[in-house]
Parts: sequence; C-alpha cells; structure tokens
Amino acid sequence: MIVEVRDLRKRFGDVQALAGVDFDVAPGELFGLLGPNGAGKTTTINLLTGLARLGGGAVRIAGIDCTRSPKAAQHLIGVVPDESNLYPELSGFDNLCFCGALYGMPAQERRVRAGELMEIFGLSDAAGRKFAGYSKGMKRKLTIAAGIIQRPRILFLDEPTTGIDVASARRIRQMVADLRRSGTTILLTTHYIEEAERLCDRIAFLVAGRIVRTDTVANLMQPVQGRHVMQLRVSGSPATACGRLESMFPQMQFHALDEKRIRTESCEPIRAGLLVRFLEEQDIEVIEARLVRPTLEDIFVQVTGIEAAAMQKEKEKPGGPA
Amino acid sequence: MKGWIAFWNIILKDMRAYYLKPPNISWGLIFPLAWTGMFFIKSGSGLESVRGLLPGVMAISVLFGTTSMLAVTVTFEKKARSFERLLLAPIPLGLLMLAKTAGAILFGTINAFVPVVMAVFLVDLSGVSWTVLLPAVVLIAISSTFLGLFIAVSVSEVFEAQTFSNFFRFPMIFLCGLFFPIAQLPAWLRPLSYALPLTYGADALHEATARAGRLPLSLDVVVLAVFCLALFLVSLRNIKRKWIV
Repeated sequence: MIVEVRDLRKRFGDVQALAGVDFDVAPGELFGLLGPNGAGKTTTINLLTGLARLGGGAVRIAGIDCTRSPKAAQHLIGVVPDESNLYPELSGFDNLCFCGALYGMPAQERRVRAGELMEIFGLSDAAGRKFAGYSKGMKRKLTIAAGIIQRPRILFLDEPTTGIDVASARRIRQMVADLRRSGTTILLTTHYIEEAERLCDRIAFLVAGRIVRTDTVANLMQPVQGRHVMQLRVSGSPATACGRLESMFPQMQFHALDEKRIRTESCEPIRAGLLVRFLEEQDIEVIEARLVRPTLEDIFVQVTGIEAAAMQKEKEKPGGPA
Repeated sequence: MKGWIAFWNIILKDMRAYYLKPPNISWGLIFPLAWTGMFFIKSGSGLESVRGLLPGVMAISVLFGTTSMLAVTVTFEKKARSFERLLLAPIPLGLLMLAKTAGAILFGTINAFVPVVMAVFLVDLSGVSWTVLLPAVVLIAISSTFLGLFIAVSVSEVFEAQTFSNFFRFPMIFLCGLFFPIAQLPAWLRPLSYALPLTYGADALHEATARAGRLPLSLDVVVLAVFCLALFLVSLRNIKRKWIV
C-alpha cells in the first residue's frame, strides 16, 4: 500500500473532527473520500500532507512513517487544495514555474514542464496573464497543474470541482481520469456522489469524522444491482399516495422523497401504467413518472443515513456533476 | 541543492511580487527622505548636523522597511492561504522562513543606504567606518526583520500586524538612544532601553559614523546576534504551534 492510515484522530477544541479513521490506498489507485461538508475530508488531507498535526493514529506514505515527521514524504506528494491558492501577482506560467522550483526542479526543466501543462490544461493563451485575472475554472485548472508539476507519485485532490461551472468541472474530471491512467495514485475528496462514482476505484464514506464504509464502486453498488427504481411526481400528498400504493402493490417499496415525489423500488421491472392508473383512480394525479438508474447515492443514503436531499443540495451548487 | 533552488526562487518571487513593486520602491525612497528632511529642519543647525542625524534616519528606515514588508509577505500570504504552498514544499521550515525573510533583510539594508547616498552630496563622510557601518546595518536589518516575522506570525490580519508593529517600533525609536541619549532618559526607563535590539544597533551606528558608541562594539554585535537568533527561533516555534495545528 502506498498510503496507510491507522486510527487517525483530530480534535479542534470541542469538535472531534476525526474519530479514528482507517484506510489504505494501493499504488495507482484513485481512492475517494466521500462525505458532506464538515465530515473531515479536508482535515484528513491536511493531516496526511503535513499541514496539520496528528491528534492520534499513524500515517505511512510510500513506506515512510509520517507520524512523527509529517514533512518526511512531502517530496513524493502533490496537493491540490480546496481553494485555488496560487499567487495573484504572478502570471499563470510563472506560478507553475515557481511551484516547480519549490520541489527543486531546475529552471529549464520547470519551464518545459510548465509549458506542457499549460497546453494540457488548455491555458496556453492565458500563460502570460496574471493569475488574479483568471476565471474560477481557469484558476482551478492551474491549481491542479501546480499540484502535478513535479510529477508526484501521490496526488491529494481536495474538492477539485467545487464552485466552478459545469463545463470546467467536466474537463477537470477528464484530467483526473487521465492522471489516474498515467499511473498517479490519487486520493480525492468530494461531496459530489456522482463524481466519486464516475472516477474512483474505491470509495470511503466519511461521516462526522468516521469512515462508515469502504469498498470498490462495484461492491458498493451490489445491493442495488438488479433493482428497478421509478420516481413519480404527484399532485396530492405523497405520504397518502405511498400508503395506498403499499397496500395495493406489496411486492414494491414506496417512500415519499419530498412534498411532491414518490420513490418506487422493485426487484421486477416496474410497469408505470399500472401505478399511474391506480393513483388516478384514487384521485391522485400523476404529473410525471420516470425510471431512475440506481446510483451510489442510494447506497450512500442507506449506509450513512444522510438524507438524499442534503446531498442533492450540495450537488446543485456550481460544479456538481452534469 | 533542491532546497537551495526553492530558497532562491522564494526570494526571487517575493522580490517580483512585493519588493520591486513601484509603491514599495517609492516608499523605500520617500520614507528615509522625509525623515531626513524632518530631522534636518528640526535641528536647525545647518548641514553639519546631517552626519549626526544619519544613524537615526538609517535605523528608522531599516526598522520600518523590514517590519512593514513582513506583514505583507507573511501575514497576507497566510491569510490568502498561498503560504500553505510553501509549507507543503519539501524543504525544512527554517530554510523556508529564511527565504521568506531574506528579501526583507535586503530591502531594509538598501533602504538604510538611501539617506547615506543623499548625505554624500551634502557632507563629508570620509570619517565614516564603512566596515563597521555595513555589518551594523545588516544586523539591524536582520533583527528588525525577525521582529517583523515574530509580529507577523503572532497575528492573523495584515492591519493587526501593522498596528502591533507600531507597538514595538515607536517606543524603540525613542528609547534606543538614536535621538535622545539613553543617559538622559529617566532611570526607570533605561533598563527597557537595554532590552531593545535597536539600542545595540544604534550604538554600533554611532560608533561607525562618529566613533561615538557607548558600548563595546563586540557587545553590540553579540547582543544583536542573540536577538536575531532568539526572535527567529521563537517565530519558528510559533509557526509550528499556531499554523500547523
């Protein structure tokens, strides 16, 4: 394992930010830490990269014990923080060169590499412009480029697509996938469930400073494989409708998602016509009926108990998967 | 070798991003000029007073130049989180902070010589001991810079750094013997004078410009060196304690 984390603990005053987190990341793996805001994702990254002091537990990176000397493995890692924190006064190109210099790259090598990255990230035209004048998406791309200029063996990506437009977020996800294919080990934190599902080999659900489940995406999705899900939007009370549907169709599960929507699950294909006809006989108008592909979100909600609506709210912020 | 590439580039980056900005260059020139003019007019004793004023004006230029810049290069970067980038670099914290402060030391030293360059055109400076003056200025610049670092690490906002700096700067100017001899201060204030690094810097400057130092030069150098080391080590400890939480 290239990253080994055991019983990681951290407390800020009265708040127990991490309460015994354990996980491993294999070489070349894209490992995701998925959780809502405040779950402890950034704290985990800060502890692993030496930006914060361990409150307890042990960390090994590429075989180096970082428990007592957090800077010991910094030459092997790249970090993309959750905020674009490059230097506003420097141009995009100079920012990359400076970041390369921080890792001891010789001048010629870092200039070539910076030019290469500006090209890859589609920022060549803005290479000479000051970072302060970049758009949010451009800033994010350059921050990722700065994190990989020294070709790190392990990349820590903290919320790479938060707060940026959909097109830029999509491009960044593509870049992350390319990096993974090139053999870089990546530890990604996100609160976008679909992002984690699309990108990660394995995912850990982090809630309130604890990992509640870690597995491959395929294994996590196992319980919903072969399940059929339909969402109905009704005019009346979904709770009343659910009650009536349950008595009529006992082989299916129904529950109200909000004031308008009902979620229907079954092992058998769901015949929409049957449900619609039944509800209309009950004087409940069905405005919309659509089949839904079971997603990791269903598992996340099941395992963590965090309401789908709460995660949806996060997802609706700019940058959420499209 | 890799550490030194980082070290050198941090200095270069700070030079480009902060020190060589037109407002800082003009401030570096105007500030000593204004102080020189003010004391020259106030003394009313003609051009011969310029040489006597030189240590005070040089010391003020260094003190203000260095402490003000640290508030920007350290506190501002910490606030903007770009300082995290430096903390993530695989170089020892001590080397990193030396790189962050080297620009201010250079800036302060250059600032100190602005009044000297002006004075060259007004008075005869042939009696000045340059071999004492230059090391004295550099030591004052280092101790002032590390004082600025200590202040910058103790606060979280740039304006707090500026305010907190004044808490040290103004008493130091009046208590260090630059403009009022320490012997003329009230007896209860004198111990405080000797607890300030600038007192020893000012004494070395008086020795260099007019052979008028009151303490042995070696004592000035040793005490300034001890202040430099202590302020730097305390600042490093504070960074580890407060910024890597």
